[in-house]
Amino acid sequence: MTIAPAWSRRSLLAAAAAVALAPRGAAAAAKAARIAALGGAVTEILYRIGAGPRIVAVDTTSLYPPEALREKPNVGYLRALSAEGLLACGPDLVIAADGAGPPAVLAQLREAGLRVETVAEPPSPEGVLDKIAVIGRLAGLETEADSLAAEVRARFAEVAARRARIERPARAIVVLSLQGGRTVVGGTGSTADGMLALAGITNAAAGVSGFKPMTDEAIVAAAPDAVVMMQNGPEPPRPETIFAPDTALGRTPAGAQRRLIAMDGLYLLGFGPRTPQAAIELMRAVYPGLPGE
Amino acid sequence: MRGRSGDSRGLRNPRAALPWVLAGLTLLMLAVALLSVSLGAIRIPPERVLAVLTGGGADPALARDALVVLNIRLPRTLLGLMIGAGLAVSGALMQGLFRNPLADPALVGVSSGAGFAAACIIVLGDRLLAYAGLPGPLPYLALPAGAFLGGLSATLILYALATRSGRTAVATMLLAGIALGALSGALTGLLTYASDDRQLRDLTFWSLGSLSGATWGKVAASAPLILPVLVAVPFLGRGLNALVLGEAEAFHLGIPVERLKRACIFLVAVAVGASVAGAGVIGFVGLVVPHALRLAIGPEHRLLLPASALLGGAFLVLADVVARLVAAPAELPIGIVTALVGAPVFLWLLLGRARVAADA
Repeated sequence: MTIAPAWSRRSLLAAAAAVALAPRGAAAAAKAARIAALGGAVTEILYRIGAGPRIVAVDTTSLYPPEALREKPNVGYLRALSAEGLLACGPDLVIAADGAGPPAVLAQLREAGLRVETVAEPPSPEGVLDKIAVIGRLAGLETEADSLAAEVRARFAEVAARRARIERPARAIVVLSLQGGRTVVGGTGSTADGMLALAGITNAAAGVSGFKPMTDEAIVAAAPDAVVMMQNGPEPPRPETIFAPDTALGRTPAGAQRRLIAMDGLYLLGFGPRTPQAAIELMRAVYPGLPGE
Repeated sequence: MRGRSGDSRGLRNPRAALPWVLAGLTLLMLAVALLSVSLGAIRIPPERVLAVLTGGGADPALARDALVVLNIRLPRTLLGLMIGAGLAVSGALMQGLFRNPLADPALVGVSSGAGFAAACIIVLGDRLLAYAGLPGPLPYLALPAGAFLGGLSATLILYALATRSGRTAVATMLLAGIALGALSGALTGLLTYASDDRQLRDLTFWSLGSLSGATWGKVAASAPLILPVLVAVPFLGRGLNALVLGEAEAFHLGIPVERLKRACIFLVAVAVGASVAGAGVIGFVGLVVPHALRLAIGPEHRLLLPASALLGGAFLVLADVVARLVAAPAELPIGIVTALVGAPVFLWLLLGRARVAADA
């Protein structure tokens, strides 16, 4: 701002915007033709409402559907974006999950005449439905978003009906990682906590907040009936290693019954359109004899 | 503890070489800067870059290119030049002051203090704001401003700890710096523990540094802090040359030793504080650039200090070009590139030197 070029910045930006919009004409200006989708659930919803072909860039967390990262340029991690990298993909609308950044980069993108919209991500059914509605409106696909929302709402109702039939809630912990003997679990306020609540399971790690390492003693004291883990590769984690006799997890009721549930990370914790299915899958694994199955 | 200026790899006559070395490094720096404004995720042909730089940006056909070159690449390049120069000069000053080739700007506590302040703002910022009943989110200038102040206050604390009746004990400062570094490291660790998933990733990325998000605003905020340091530093060359002999000897040569130490510490605190504020923690530039130069052109500070500034700027901007090209359209944190490129080069220089010494 101090080292100003000879021409004013405003006229420069106006000119850039004019160039960006001119070839597509007035009608196209209202409906974004090229969308940058940043965030796992954002990308998933855009694909589900049929905006997939209009996506020109995704971020590293856009893991579903798998073709997203295979076919679209990856602009890096959602919170460490590069302004020029994003501009190079030529989007006219950026839809980003809440927390995208750094803020200076978002400011630069807006300065460059791009429309940058962020979407809130509360880990609840209402949060998912709101997200679908907001993204549908931004992409100009309200009808498609409405029908997706109706479908997801119905599935959430099914989840609630199943939850109502649970007689004695089971206890479970969601283990995010087991690196170097540290067991990182999902505590209160985490997406893992939201998912367990949705599936009618008591979070045995409610004593910690967010994703935190939990001590061996606390794990034994929490006495989970089941352990839920992420499956990030083709191989699921093996109960024999997770519940080895000398580990804390091995000394819990879950260990005694070898109850290990492995699910894909984004599917389990992404709070996107597949969340009700994930909740039902989790309930089936934790409550095998639930009436109505 | 280095010997006098009779280094076998040093220049015979540093005074005569001064203009040539500096002219060569200036050319290198300008070439790298030109490279940096020409390359990026968006492909812009060199003639269009040139047209934009020479004032053709008002031409509507060039509007998008002008936007990228003038509002994204140019501030980024200028910020990189300043920060690289500031870090390298700070490293050279510290190595001269502590008479130790392994000294690094981190020794005066700036980086650890700035790191702790940044962690406070990343992890506690929004919570404190909510507690005070103010509307969030925190303005994003809070992070650089806080980091700068944190770095400066850590240095002041360290200086106060090491100064008794007007004399600063450099050895005490070095050890106290390590202790203070460990302490702020522990406090930062505590905040890391209290952080959520996102804040943790913010902390990680911040501690790897990045020039992404360089704006004219950041350039304008860093320039008045870093540029005066770069201008002031060559005047310390004579004093630092005398200091090589030892503090008492330098004093007898008529060097105001205490004032020299104060000046070094203050200048380093400002330059490194501003660098950390502008781009997060970037390692290795302060250590490797002056060291490599010393191996190539000798330990004469009047040449070493300005040469460090030029090479430091060029090195950091080149590292940034690599950082944003290898993973385009994404980008690597720059600290990874500086260490990945800097460490092997440094080892190679060191081993080459050891061989020369063994042969002699």
